[in-house]
Amino acid sequence: MTDLAVRTTGLTKRFGSQTVVDAIDLEVPTGSVYGFLGPNGSGKTTTIRMLLALVAPTAGEVELFGEAMPARAAAVLPAVGALVEGPAFHPYLSGRRNLHRLDAADRTADPSTARRRVDGALDRVGLLAAADKRFRAYSLGMRQRLAIAGALLTPKDLLVLDEPTNGLDPQGTREVRQLVGSLAGDGTTVLVSSHLLAEVEQMCTHLGVMHVGKLVAQGTSVELRSDGNTEATVETDSPGDAARVLAELGLTEIHTTASSATGHLGEVAPEKVVAACVHAGVSVVGFRVGRPSLEDLFVSLTGEGFDVSG
Amino acid sequence: MSVVDAPSTTVVRAPRSTLSPRFLASELRLILGRRRNQAGLLVLAAVPVFISIAVKSTLSQPGQDAPDFFRSITGNGLFVALAALTIELGLFLPLAVSVVAGDSVAGEANIGTLRYLLVTPVTRLRLLLVKYVGVVVGAFFATFVVTLVGILMGLILFGGGPMTLLSGTQISFGAGLLRVVLAAAYLALGLSALGAVGLFASTLTEQPIAAMIATIMFSSTSFVLDSIPQVAWLHPYLLTHHWLDFGDLFRDPIAWNNIVAGLVLAASYAVVFFAAAWARFTTKDVTS
Repeated sequence: MTDLAVRTTGLTKRFGSQTVVDAIDLEVPTGSVYGFLGPNGSGKTTTIRMLLALVAPTAGEVELFGEAMPARAAAVLPAVGALVEGPAFHPYLSGRRNLHRLDAADRTADPSTARRRVDGALDRVGLLAAADKRFRAYSLGMRQRLAIAGALLTPKDLLVLDEPTNGLDPQGTREVRQLVGSLAGDGTTVLVSSHLLAEVEQMCTHLGVMHVGKLVAQGTSVELRSDGNTEATVETDSPGDAARVLAELGLTEIHTTASSATGHLGEVAPEKVVAACVHAGVSVVGFRVGRPSLEDLFVSLTGEGFDVSG
Repeated sequence: MSVVDAPSTTVVRAPRSTLSPRFLASELRLILGRRRNQAGLLVLAAVPVFISIAVKSTLSQPGQDAPDFFRSITGNGLFVALAALTIELGLFLPLAVSVVAGDSVAGEANIGTLRYLLVTPVTRLRLLLVKYVGVVVGAFFATFVVTLVGILMGLILFGGGPMTLLSGTQISFGAGLLRVVLAAAYLALGLSALGAVGLFASTLTEQPIAAMIATIMFSSTSFVLDSIPQVAWLHPYLLTHHWLDFGDLFRDPIAWNNIVAGLVLAASYAVVFFAAAWARFTTKDVTS
């Protein structure tokens, strides 16, 4: 038994001359909630499709729970629930009938409990009242919920959720976050891809960042976000003087606004900053120490701008 | 393949049984539940109704230039079924099979449900098998709906009784009924082979309509080539070449030569095109 739910080594996919996924080594620890980040077109979805044996890698290997994919797909995938690139169901069948069809296709599922499990999954995503409506009459949010329900028909050890909150209202987004939290609490490993940083920031224990087909950063979210660039902000009437004090202390990348001075702390202890400012006669109105937001980290890794990579 | 004990990880789950009819049942419900397919069945069933009423309302024997089975309808109602099958074999029945077969894989790819079936997981071979069995059941269902409606309408309007064969001898009503059922089964097998062509076409595209058109073109081209004497060398290899030989079942004794040749040809097409579908689908990147 390995302690990695997902492991890829040198995973590569080329479509024609274009390298969409470039030698990535993904490591998703068992029991983690892994945020898989990257701009649109960075190769997240292609990677997920390779994990699930939908797309064959050009090079490299995939293991789920130590089992080689795609060779062991039939044995491992029953323990994996997946939401891949949006919901897809038969439009003229009801939500419930669609779930029954998915359950019928799963040879590891117990037919005698199908009705209970389908209704349980519908209930879990709040769709029970609309279960007998045709799928085509569902709103985008309802479709997304049905797809999540489809991934929860049997107990899963790994959930792969590709943009799970796409199309959901703030209420629905919060529910999905709570759902992921409760599943993770039960010991399910969750790999959630997203470009919505706020939602990932609140639920992930681990992060991986994709950029133009490469995995540019990976680790626990605490590690990644405290990479020696914790910021200290002094709110003051005289930001210029404060900036000078910060520079003397050894802070880097100092910038000022009309009412504050900010710099990267590096090795400097935060409490020294306040003492030094007071000592230098700078009036301190407020003081803040914070890790950079995930958005700052994301932008620093993938660059700004609106270009779709690739 | 040798059977190796699965490693003692917690996640590997064994199928509950090797043969699970649930997915096939779901597939059949899906095919038969579609409005489009139900409407198609109504059209198929309307043909024997139309034929029997048309013949009855002329109140006379069809002329001597009428096709074989038509001339016999007034003598025995069973011939309504055979006349209907003959007429529908040119377009309606192949079209029905093309629609179901062309939709089989491409339809799921088109709406995206294919990826969810595959990660459930359904192995690709199992998916193709279930889809093909669905097509075969559909071919039999369509053929037998035409046949049964034909028999019923024929018996109501023209009565049953002993059947006079094309060679002139008479057989009992029961023996005649059996031969009609055999003819329907023979045609359904030929249509099932066309279904394998459709299954293959369906793995080539994500557009079900394209696969349907390709399949119906395949059967229509076969009929056309079969009628061109200059390519006579090709005729024995055309899928549709022996279809109309089902009439040989109504000779005394039954002329089996062409029937057997037709069955061998159908089996060959089914095997070759199913294998082609598998070779194509098993290596295909599912990006829909």
